[in-house]
Amino acid sequence: MTATSPTTEVSRGGSHELVIDGLRAGVAGLEVLTGVDLVVRSGEVHAVMGPNGSGKSTLAHVLMGKPGYQVLGGTVTLDGEDLLRLAPFERARLGLFLAPQDPIEVPGVGLHQTLTEALAGRGMSPDDAKGSLAARALVEAQRVGLETRLLERPLNVDLSGGERKRSETLQMALLQPNIAVLDELDSGIDIDGLHDVAQRVRDGVAEWGLGVLAITHYRRLLSVLQPDVVHVLVRGRIVASGGPELAGELERTGYAAFETAARADDSGTGIQN
Amino acid sequence: MRRRAEAWERFAATSVPTEAEEVWRYSGIDGFDLDAYAPAPLAAGLESTLAVARRLADSLGPRAGLVVTRNGTIEAIEMERSAPEALSVTNTRTAPRAAAAPETLGELAPGRDAFGELHDAFVSDVVLVGVPRKTVVADPIVVVHLVDPGAHGAPGVAVFPHMLVDLGTSSEAGVIELTAPIVSDGPLPAGDESDTTPSPMLLVPVTELRVADDSHLRYGNLQVLGQGATSIALQASCVGRDASLQSFTAGLGGRYARVRTDSDLLGQAGRTSLLAAYLGTGEQVHDFRTLQDHHAPRTESQLLFKGAVADTARSVYSGLIRIRKGARGANAFQTNHNLVLSEGAHADSVPNLDIDENDVRCSHASTVGPIDEEQRYYLETRGIAPAVAERLIVLGFFSDLAGRAPFPGVGRWVEEAVHRRMAGRLSAQGGTDG
Repeated sequence: MTATSPTTEVSRGGSHELVIDGLRAGVAGLEVLTGVDLVVRSGEVHAVMGPNGSGKSTLAHVLMGKPGYQVLGGTVTLDGEDLLRLAPFERARLGLFLAPQDPIEVPGVGLHQTLTEALAGRGMSPDDAKGSLAARALVEAQRVGLETRLLERPLNVDLSGGERKRSETLQMALLQPNIAVLDELDSGIDIDGLHDVAQRVRDGVAEWGLGVLAITHYRRLLSVLQPDVVHVLVRGRIVASGGPELAGELERTGYAAFETAARADDSGTGIQN
Repeated sequence: MRRRAEAWERFAATSVPTEAEEVWRYSGIDGFDLDAYAPAPLAAGLESTLAVARRLADSLGPRAGLVVTRNGTIEAIEMERSAPEALSVTNTRTAPRAAAAPETLGELAPGRDAFGELHDAFVSDVVLVGVPRKTVVADPIVVVHLVDPGAHGAPGVAVFPHMLVDLGTSSEAGVIELTAPIVSDGPLPAGDESDTTPSPMLLVPVTELRVADDSHLRYGNLQVLGQGATSIALQASCVGRDASLQSFTAGLGGRYARVRTDSDLLGQAGRTSLLAAYLGTGEQVHDFRTLQDHHAPRTESQLLFKGAVADTARSVYSGLIRIRKGARGANAFQTNHNLVLSEGAHADSVPNLDIDENDVRCSHASTVGPIDEEQRYYLETRGIAPAVAERLIVLGFFSDLAGRAPFPGVGRWVEEAVHRRMAGRLSAQGGTDG
């Protein structure tokens, strides 16, 4: 809070860059990320795939600064700004967005109210925020297939898994972040819903140059998202990167080969700590 | 006069309570010095009193009538043209004794303590709201109790407001009591720490609600006293057959504010809904003691009290459900939730059951805990500063209660007051923008 506030002005259509360099991080004393290198720029879609326990969600939370995760080494910058020294809300104001895997219920706090405060926090006057939101929210609700009556409801309360993912996507569209980290946007949502939210994200790439880091288990999401690059995360680091065809290969062969290689690699070099 | 003298003798013969007594545990009563207060002198009527009261009442929505007291003395009674003629709002000190009133005054809530006796010894006017049988009063009667601390310094004023609401059979009405320090202008009080020179004052208010068979009363009580006030209030109600009471209490002000709520369900299938919201900041102490007393079959009581404490504030909730022999088929629910917003704040929650009948349904639940870290983090990921996230979550915590308030105007008022209090805290902390 005492740190200098990051600039709240978000330049539209400019080029933004999230740079993850040698990131090592852990939770509860266990090193989960063992050295992640990744660069996501405006207009690019990156997919991160990996088996359970490979560190995918940890990566998402460490990027956003969730309490309880420890950064053990490496750097993360957004447009040159050191993200790791910023509080989560400051990272968000800098243009980072996280759609969590399981968006939680916040009783009594409305979606509309939340977005109004979120925009106010980015320097928009409360009246402007309210005014511009009301109309845009209706349009976005249509695009992501969220019933408009849910806009007035408390955040995620009594919403199905699919409705939560549609709500996350709507919030992303209204906040127009520079870089969005989507943690399993495809979990808990049916095929139609998946298509709606993935299409909205894809449109964001075209509309305002959104950069995407999509974490997923499945290729389904990627058929609409059309990633430029697919990364394979195994044992806390990226062991392979390739074009969209890599996702297809993973679906046929699984992660076993990558895991075996990574394990051999680990025992060769030895895991630190 | 005789009543007064007797009460004074009884008071003198009673010892002032101590925390050793269970019903005063956690209250801080041991540090209380009664000699620091003197009964308020009769105040001269001021034009401004009425203006202040009207402004406060206007913020609560339409009303059937307005009663204004100042330091316990009734200053004005204004009825709206829309109010039914049969409705009677009087001062029992000046009006001829109404059939129902003074003989039975003080009969509710047996087992009164020293403060009850003190009240009886010093009470001046009694606001009597009489609703004859089969009369329906749509808009609430608003009773504004203003306290004028007068000149600063000891002794502080001691004030003893009293209201009796008497609903005849098959009638319907609403009454809202609002207790506030007299502030001639500025925003509506939120019971906050904005009064920088808190004036010491002692209030011992008594409210009696009699809801006869087949009648329905909605009741609201809003307390926004300053940080120098000690308030020891009693709300006693009795509800008849097929009758209902919906009650909502908001405790926002006071240095030490205690409310004892005694709810008697005397006739079969009578129902009460008892709701309360409280928010303490600074060094405030809020202390609630409730009794849901089921005397008759198929009676139902629903209690939901929710509070938040910040800084070094404290709160106490202690409640008892009593199901007496003969109250077969009774349903009683008691829920108390507390948010603890600061390390130095503290909340106690003590629910109790005392059941002397079979075939009843009772439950109690209570929680005390900090703001959910996951919720705060989730809001932060949207770019909302932690202090603003906290305000949203606290407002959200109270929103279901406010939504169930028996008067929409009261629910709104509470939400706005909580909003102002939390926003004030935010700026006082020098927290980041929002």
